[in-house]
Amino acid sequence: MSDTQNLTLVQAVRDGLHGELRADDDVVVMGQDVGKNGGVFRATEGLYDEFGGDRVVDTPLAESAIVGCAVGMAAMGMRPVPEIQFSGFMYPGYDQIVSHMARFRARSRGRFTLPMTLRAPYGGGIRAPEHHSESKEAFYAHEAGLKVVIPSTPYDTKGLLAASIRDPDPVIFLEPKLIYRAFREEVPAEPYTVPIGEAATRREGDDVAVFTYGAMTRPTLEAAETLAEEGIDCEVLDLRTVSPLDREAIVDAFERTGRAAIVHEAPRTAGLAAEIAAILQEEALLYQEAPIERITGFDVPYPLYALEDYYLPSATRIEEGIKEAAEFEP
Amino acid sequence: MNVFDRAYDDPVRVLDEDGTVVGDVPDLDEAELVGIYRDMRLARHFDGRAVSLQRQGRMGTYPPLSGQEGAQVGSATALAETDWIVPSYREHGAAFVHGLPPERTLLYWMGHGDGARPPDDVNVFPIAVPIASQVPHAVGAAWASKLRGEDDVVVCYFGDGATSEGDFHEACNVAGVFDTPTVLFCNNNQWAISVPRERQTRSATLAGKAEAYGFDGVQVDGMDPLAVYAVTEAAVEKARDPPEDRLRPTLVEAVQYRFGAHTTADDPTVYRDDDEVERWRRKDPIPRLERYLRDEGVLDDDRVDAIDAEVEERVADAIEAAESASRPEPRALFEHAYAELPPELEAQYAELTALREERGDAAFLGE
Repeated sequence: MSDTQNLTLVQAVRDGLHGELRADDDVVVMGQDVGKNGGVFRATEGLYDEFGGDRVVDTPLAESAIVGCAVGMAAMGMRPVPEIQFSGFMYPGYDQIVSHMARFRARSRGRFTLPMTLRAPYGGGIRAPEHHSESKEAFYAHEAGLKVVIPSTPYDTKGLLAASIRDPDPVIFLEPKLIYRAFREEVPAEPYTVPIGEAATRREGDDVAVFTYGAMTRPTLEAAETLAEEGIDCEVLDLRTVSPLDREAIVDAFERTGRAAIVHEAPRTAGLAAEIAAILQEEALLYQEAPIERITGFDVPYPLYALEDYYLPSATRIEEGIKEAAEFEP
Repeated sequence: MNVFDRAYDDPVRVLDEDGTVVGDVPDLDEAELVGIYRDMRLARHFDGRAVSLQRQGRMGTYPPLSGQEGAQVGSATALAETDWIVPSYREHGAAFVHGLPPERTLLYWMGHGDGARPPDDVNVFPIAVPIASQVPHAVGAAWASKLRGEDDVVVCYFGDGATSEGDFHEACNVAGVFDTPTVLFCNNNQWAISVPRERQTRSATLAGKAEAYGFDGVQVDGMDPLAVYAVTEAAVEKARDPPEDRLRPTLVEAVQYRFGAHTTADDPTVYRDDDEVERWRRKDPIPRLERYLRDEGVLDDDRVDAIDAEVEERVADAIEAAESASRPEPRALFEHAYAELPPELEAQYAELTALREERGDAAFLGE
């Protein structure tokens, strides 16, 4: 058995970056406070000392420049890994993301490709100030030309990050900061990849298929255990990539159960749950035995933290939603 | 000398580090001078208590202002009540001077939405967290004042890091093109979290960036409250009633230092030396003004003690008021999303209410 380390999710980010920086001189990490400070969440700790300020770069406070310069570097064949400190601050860079990062390959008919990975911590539940808690993955999933990856375990984080950095196309890599330090897992010391676009079955069950990702994976599993005591057996699928979705795994789990619930902390309207429900309608209508439940954030601005526990799907809300799907009788 | 007719790297100064007069003392009466001193003390005491509340788990992440009181209080004191402040997220002291009750600021950082609503008669915009995003708002607000033939001036606060953002440059450009009555007040505290001022720009000064937009830029010792007052007063007056040969906007670079962390989530010892902090601490705006006022016979021990007591009481009252506010009702999640709640949101609220009734609040709050 090869060497492993017992890492948290954020340490796995750091370890993944470390492995790719070491393996490929074209990999450059860039962003605000990623260098000397080691990242506001310590996701780049020690990398500046080891690889120097030309490869682990403290940039000026300018998200559009961070993303746009990464586009230019990537067009020249480098593999930049820009970080936006919180996903809520990606919007000054949004023009670069949708107008260029997503389209360079298509626009140039393949002459230019952008092997870049834009990292950002996302999601709520940490009693943070305004704009530090949103989940806007649907924006990026909506944008053709991007891949959108959201890991939920340390092992997947390291492997998916390596796969993203090595991918020929641009990847938005969203890190669930609520679980940055929530638990540890044995992670191989050497670099490895976990394939983009493949969901993982976190729990097997025959009654309801539950689809989720990121920080919602844990409360969903918790709800599934509670429901198991009541005789409702959930299959829990951690999507891991929200664009492209693993349609095969999603449809397969639904066909076996005939009932589905989808959990995400992002708002409901035009969220990923809507897309998954549409896939099930298209691919497996005749298997459906109950309305597909969406357990999501509400369609309101993310609140200041005194109310965020009401906003986020709790294990209780997830439990109730799954029950609706499980107990529906036509 | 007109404060605008000087080199960008020649900061306006009134008091040196020891409180000795080295420039033109602005025309302020005793009560106004004591007011500046008192408001700086209020901001400093508030700040210390806020950091302590965060440490005790009674408040969320908080951005300290200690060291920056001179720039905040000096500038806000130069405004008329009808003028507007458009803040970033660290200008608690400026907002208090302009009438914002300190308990609102506490509530905001305690995660309570009501803290984000300034009282209707206080001309302060809500806190803007995304860097530089408020600068275009300030230009737009000032533009509105001009278009409507009013003479209100808008002062916008932002940091040194903000000058790297596109929003800052776009806003400056528009301010120049439409000659809006805006004071673009840069609190250059030397550090954008861990990134030092010299890593933000190769420009020798931030004030000098005004050159590119065609209006005045001026540097001021931001830890000298009287110099800041003088510069802001001149900029506000010019914005309201410009001479023929000058545009209304001014970019003020107030050179200063944050003594503490970026926020309570930050550890500045990772990226800057204690020596540097010590050097800047010697410029502390509060003892500096106090020495001057004592020398002038405006302050003595009794008055300083009375101010201590007044400031402590105000902050204690504000903390009590903020902490006695009850947890906001979940209805507050929904009620201000639109003027009228759409049926779909009413349905989502009903869903939440039904679940609370069935399972109790503890099921949501993890209590």
